Amino acid sequence: MSDVGSSHSIKQESKPKAQPGTPVMEKQSRGLFDRDILRQAAIDAVKKFDPRMQIKNPVMFVVLIGTVITLLESAANPSVFSWSVTVWLALTVLFANFAEAVAEGRGKAQADALRRMRSDTEARRLLPDGTEQKVAAAELAKGDLVICEAGDIIPSDGEITEGIASVDESAITGESAPVIRESGGDRSAVTGGTKVLSDRIVVRITSERGHTFLDRMINLVEGAQRQKTPNEIALTILLAALTIIFLPVVVVLKPFAHFAGADVSVVVQIALLVCLIPTTIGALLSAIGIAGMDRLVQRNVLAMSGRAVEAAGDVQTLLLDKTGTITLGNRMASAFLPVDGHSEEELAGVAQLASLADETPEGRSIVVLAKERFDIRERKLGAEHVFVPFSAQTRMSGINLDGREIRKGATEAIKHWVALQGGDPSVDLDHLAEQVAMSGATPLAVADGPQLLGIIELKDVVKQGIRERFAQMRTLGIRTVMITGDNPLTAAAIAQEAGVDDYLAEATPEAKMALIKAEQEGGKLVAMTGDGTNDAPALAQADVGVAMNSGTTAAKEAGNMVDLDSNPTKLIEVVEIGKQLLITRGALTTFSIANDVAKYFAIIPALFVATYPQLKALNIMRLHSPQTAILSAVIFNALIIVALIPLALRGVRFRPSGASAILRRNLLIYGVGGILAPFLFIKIIDLVITALHAY
Amino acid sequence: MSFAWTLTALVIVLAIIWRFLGKYMASVYEGRVRWASFIERPLYRLLGVDPESEQSWQRYATALVVFSGIAILFTYLMLRLQGYLPFNPQHLPGVTPALAWNTAVSFVTNTNWQSYSGETTMSYLSQMGVLAVQNFVSASVGIAVAVALIRGFSRKGSRTIGNFWVDLVRGILYILLPVSFLAAIVFMAQGALQTLAGPAHIHDVLNGVSQTIPRGPVASQEVIKQFGTNGGGFFNANGADPFENPTGLTNFLSIVLILSIPVALTYTFGKMVGSIRQGVAILTAMTIIFGCWLAIGAIAEHQANPAVTAAGLTHQTSGNMVGKEVRFGDTSSVLYNIASTQTSTGSVNSANDSYNPMGGFATMTGMMLGEVSPGGVGSGLYTILLFAIIAVFIGGLMVGRTPEYLGKKIQASEVKLATLGALVMPITVLILTAVAVSLHSGQVGPLNKGPHGFSEILYTFTSVTNNNGSAFAGINSNTAFYNILESVGFILGRFAIIIPTLALAGTLGAKNVVPASLGTFRTDKPIFVGLLIGVILIVGALTFFPAVSLGPIVEQLTTKKFF
Repeated sequence: MSDVGSSHSIKQESKPKAQPGTPVMEKQSRGLFDRDILRQAAIDAVKKFDPRMQIKNPVMFVVLIGTVITLLESAANPSVFSWSVTVWLALTVLFANFAEAVAEGRGKAQADALRRMRSDTEARRLLPDGTEQKVAAAELAKGDLVICEAGDIIPSDGEITEGIASVDESAITGESAPVIRESGGDRSAVTGGTKVLSDRIVVRITSERGHTFLDRMINLVEGAQRQKTPNEIALTILLAALTIIFLPVVVVLKPFAHFAGADVSVVVQIALLVCLIPTTIGALLSAIGIAGMDRLVQRNVLAMSGRAVEAAGDVQTLLLDKTGTITLGNRMASAFLPVDGHSEEELAGVAQLASLADETPEGRSIVVLAKERFDIRERKLGAEHVFVPFSAQTRMSGINLDGREIRKGATEAIKHWVALQGGDPSVDLDHLAEQVAMSGATPLAVADGPQLLGIIELKDVVKQGIRERFAQMRTLGIRTVMITGDNPLTAAAIAQEAGVDDYLAEATPEAKMALIKAEQEGGKLVAMTGDGTNDAPALAQADVGVAMNSGTTAAKEAGNMVDLDSNPTKLIEVVEIGKQLLITRGALTTFSIANDVAKYFAIIPALFVATYPQLKALNIMRLHSPQTAILSAVIFNALIIVALIPLALRGVRFRPSGASAILRRNLLIYGVGGILAPFLFIKIIDLVITALHAY
Repeated sequence: MSFAWTLTALVIVLAIIWRFLGKYMASVYEGRVRWASFIERPLYRLLGVDPESEQSWQRYATALVVFSGIAILFTYLMLRLQGYLPFNPQHLPGVTPALAWNTAVSFVTNTNWQSYSGETTMSYLSQMGVLAVQNFVSASVGIAVAVALIRGFSRKGSRTIGNFWVDLVRGILYILLPVSFLAAIVFMAQGALQTLAGPAHIHDVLNGVSQTIPRGPVASQEVIKQFGTNGGGFFNANGADPFENPTGLTNFLSIVLILSIPVALTYTFGKMVGSIRQGVAILTAMTIIFGCWLAIGAIAEHQANPAVTAAGLTHQTSGNMVGKEVRFGDTSSVLYNIASTQTSTGSVNSANDSYNPMGGFATMTGMMLGEVSPGGVGSGLYTILLFAIIAVFIGGLMVGRTPEYLGKKIQASEVKLATLGALVMPITVLILTAVAVSLHSGQVGPLNKGPHGFSEILYTFTSVTNNNGSAFAGINSNTAFYNILESVGFILGRFAIIIPTLALAGTLGAKNVVPASLGTFRTDKPIFVGLLIGVILIVGALTFFPAVSLGPIVEQLTTKKFF
């Protein structure tokens, strides 16, 4: 567990990121329609006519077969009408291919960039006898030891067995600040393709060639091993069923028409079939899935499977580490509390002196607070001063200056120090310290020689906007649980301030695991973040386990997502992306089905008006002629795919709110809108065709 | 009683029945009602059934199919052999093979399509001992399937869905028999026939003609015909015959009996899944659809008959009275027929064939929606639950969660089974109709040509596949061709829906329950009711719009207006 003193939270705060409360999709509008991607997608769209690829999508496969039949029919009995239908049916397939190709293209561009990084490096293998051997990175096997020095590219994923180094991981994370990696502990994992900036390390290779993190990342963004997720499979079944049902509906029209003394041509039957089967969602379904994964990649989160992304949308319990997720991760001085009649300013002055050389964030925050409150500036110290660094033995630090011995540290340690100096530890101190602890802060006592001055209150600073974030989670029906190593008192105070629903204090890995299992027993899906090796079992157990990229290999392998920025707050965004993905699918399915109503009103009167002129009454759009009516419906059906590509890639708008509100909104837009919109557009298309005098 | 009063009374009576019968049925199927255990227990011993041991869905379905198969065989043989069997005062011969087959399958599948006239075809034994028995049994089978599905929702991590034999026996013993017994007495008191004496021969001296008036044990069969949503009348005229439906009270009672179990099962459902509100939501959807179709039918039949108007009779005061009993009038006739067509009962007290086109449209399309408003005994509930699963799936996706219904996740296998169950009916109806209109043997069936003839055929296959059994009439379907083609509809419409439903009960029962939260798509709210109705209407409209356009719609538009 990395609750105390984790260092990774500083750098990400400086990164621009989505403000809490704003929907998740601001960022990725960049490159949505990048010119290169579009050009490549146009080429790929044609290649995707390959029936072996089409058969994976039952809806579009039916359209393809229909196109072939109308093509043959048009060749046998050519007419402007049948050729027009054929062309537009082919375009329908093309547009569907194009949607998928655009979605894939964006991943491919990223994969290419990653691939360039993997360009073969040379590794220095350390042989058992201690000698070095130069080998190509490709020849490295799991368990080999390699040496990396400043300037070297780390050849493959591994674990540092010896040494410490600063590593530039910008190739993977996009973060330019170097990170420290050292042997032992939770920061020993290194990633192939990153660069050592200083020092020398020995790395034991932990991945086979082709299975490194980089390889997996390339595969993921390319969607090479994309498998359908459970909801996608379920939806595909529904769409297949809606396709199958319309086959008899259309086929029986022939005998029905015959009985009525009319005839229906094959071309018209196929046109009707294609209009009725859910081509809109069928065409966009895989693009939606790819784009959903892509949205995660845009936020530097790698999901190991689409299943994990979907599970994120289902999460009902979020386990969040306190440090770095809920609080900024560093305790900051928030108040000076003097004892024994000393003034606040006096305490602040001494505390500032004691902290001048203290480069920890806590130390710096004391200097800052002293300056803010009493305008105590950094002083020029005389020659006669010695800094006393913090040590685990003494549990305090300070400065010896002009004969004064100033110390700050844990209350017990300072009391001990004062007693040793012949001073009298005040009883007030204990009382004050307890009060501070109860409020969720940490007390730090300050003494000037035998004189006890008071306490600095170090507060865990709750991240700005996190409370609102949790409130949103609550409206989505997600329970937030704060995990902390703090004692229950402190935990309760911070939980209260941050607005989490529950907390687990003095958490051990076992307690965390037990909590996850208990939630899952109750049918809930649980998400958590973690980075340490001892988090690994819990990460594996959780339905969504987001491992921090700064964490150990064990953690990264146990989780089903890796956050390259190592920013645990992102778990919340991951949940939102998961939800948005499902909503987009549901909304477009509804839209697709609702569209059919208008298409019927276009086509059915057109089919039989010759036999039963009274059916003209059903032609409520007043379309020009039976042929323009059918063609307009077919053209609408094809164009709507193109029109919805941006929506499919971007995802529908998602605002965290209760299920009923979300449903009402989407039903209104995509259900009711889906019924009404085609009436308007089919009419417009009909007017255009008529104006062109094609018929 | 005016129409408004009739409706008010109907709503009040049904509300009471909903509450009490619904709760009682839950107790029956949860095994808490035991007052007839002195018959029940020996019966299990006789059948060799251990009432304590439950079955997996596969074993439940196997038992159901085997039992129904034996029932078909038994019924077939009894009808074929009726000439040699007792209680046959008219000395009616054995039923012909195609008709016996059609009738056997029809009654076992709770359809009660009748290609024959009861009074001239069936002996008293066949009526009482064969067909009426199936009226009880097939109804109990339907309820059993619905209860099994409810158990799938209410259980958690369970491998079993109940015991078919126990559910079958309990349904008959504790629900169908007692109510039928009591209601039959009321019918008899109102003048319905109940006799084993043969037909009465009357000689009208004044006019010098002889008449044979058929009689029989009518009242006992009449009640279960309605209560079990069977619909097979003793006489050909069915609910229009004064011996079956003698008074306004019995007419009202018939409607109540028809709707009782399908309506009350929604309470049973809510009770067993632990939230009455869930049952109310389903009932609301059913009621709204029923109300709309009743309104369409009532408005349509309140119009003058265009054919009569064309014949020069311009002063028709009380709507379209062609094919209706004067004692019921247009509105009560419509109410009866709508109740009967929306419940898979299929008994009629007026001739659908003579309805105005939109009246015929109402009875026909009511069935095309899958008979879910409120549908047949058991079948109405389980079919609407299939639609509910589809609605929940689409709606659930739209709130951003893996969809769940009553805490059960709706995933690939549930979607597969629900769509299979929901789509069997329309596919079967369309294909059978296409076969009939394409072949000569089918084309000669209807008495009318053009759109009306088409409606007659379409109605037939809609009725048989929905296990409704009402006839549009105007079609001679007692031919080998129709008898056999219809039996395909009976079987698919019954078992091809029951088997996926039981499989669904199995997969749902095995699942864990997801606790509801604010992020859950609530299925006890108006928005779900709206979505459910939307799914039912859209599926129905999308599959049948072309066919209906060629039948009643084109007919109606001939009159140059929508009503």
